[in-house]
Amino acid sequence: MKLLSLFLSFAKVGVMTFGGGYAMIPILEREIVDKQGWASSEELMDYYAVGQCTPGVIAVNTATFIGYKVGGIVGGIIATLGVVFPSLVIITLIAGILTNFADIPAVKSAFSAIRVCVCVLIFNAVLKLWKGAVKDKGALVLFLLVFVLSVFFDISPVIFVLLCAAAGIVLTRMGVRGK
Amino acid sequence: MIFLRLFWEFFKTGLFAVGGGMATLPFLYDMSTRTGWFTQAKLADMIAVSESTPGPIGVNMATYVGFETAGIPGAVTATLGLICPSIIIILIIARVLKQFRENKTVDAAFYGLRPCSIALIAAAGLLVAKITFLDTEALELGSGIAAFAGLFRWKAVALAAVLLVATRGVKALKKLHPVVFIAASAVIGILFSF
Repeated sequence: MKLLSLFLSFAKVGVMTFGGGYAMIPILEREIVDKQGWASSEELMDYYAVGQCTPGVIAVNTATFIGYKVGGIVGGIIATLGVVFPSLVIITLIAGILTNFADIPAVKSAFSAIRVCVCVLIFNAVLKLWKGAVKDKGALVLFLLVFVLSVFFDISPVIFVLLCAAAGIVLTRMGVRGK
Repeated sequence: MIFLRLFWEFFKTGLFAVGGGMATLPFLYDMSTRTGWFTQAKLADMIAVSESTPGPIGVNMATYVGFETAGIPGAVTATLGLICPSIIIILIIARVLKQFRENKTVDAAFYGLRPCSIALIAAAGLLVAKITFLDTEALELGSGIAAFAGLFRWKAVALAAVLLVATRGVKALKKLHPVVFIAASAVIGILFSF
């Protein structure tokens, strides 16, 4: 019964998370803290903070955390499946429909313009993230290195992620951080 | 074995994409060039759909790519691949949450990871911008000012300028959800036959 309500609650969070990220906090707050009482506001912020700085999608990470707290490992898995369930249904439907209409000129025009909007949204996302991440010279150098290398060379992002995690540790040990 | 490859590719994405939905973008871009499962233009369309539909962007993109590659079973496989590392990592961390948050090495690693993640997103964004704003075929047709002017898709450049002002400069519009701008762009695209 508890597992079912975990699944349903997180499916609801999945449906209401439009675009992900910060938009999700008020929805989690209402569903998980106020309605179900599965976690306190402080715990939620902790989960969210850790979910943000661990690999993977933040919404999924937060769901796993709360699910685990409520119902152990099985709870963690059920809550996570709940949060991705609406995406699976909705995206599959839309993708199926779009595939059939993709060759219509109006649809093509619409998507050409939407692509422009996507570029602007990515640009805005980068600017927003920049403020929290590039605070000193060391971080700026890492940013420039990764940016230039990944634009001009065909290197897997995995390599950059591993090297930069190591670089972060080395730079911090060397005392470069914060200067 | 397409399903195994899909699962593996998205497992890697889930394991190494740090910092939320957009962080999966460089991995999807890399996937598109290596596997040929979808074109880069298609990737931009998928971002637009993922931003304008319910659900976390990263999950939506995985489902979309999976569906494009191998139908409904593909969608399920890619999504499960993406969330698998999250489940494993979080279940481990959940037991030692406090120590993890206060661990100096973890904190130091993230000092390096954050600028890396943004740089990767910015680089992938630049490549999306290239196919959106440049008509690379124009360069091969001629040289000189005419060819240079023909290189840019001017309608796209104009729309980008309008959107930049709207999303960054106008206070009343700044807080609006991205879906509003995506929908408005779609209408403009149809009206001005982009």
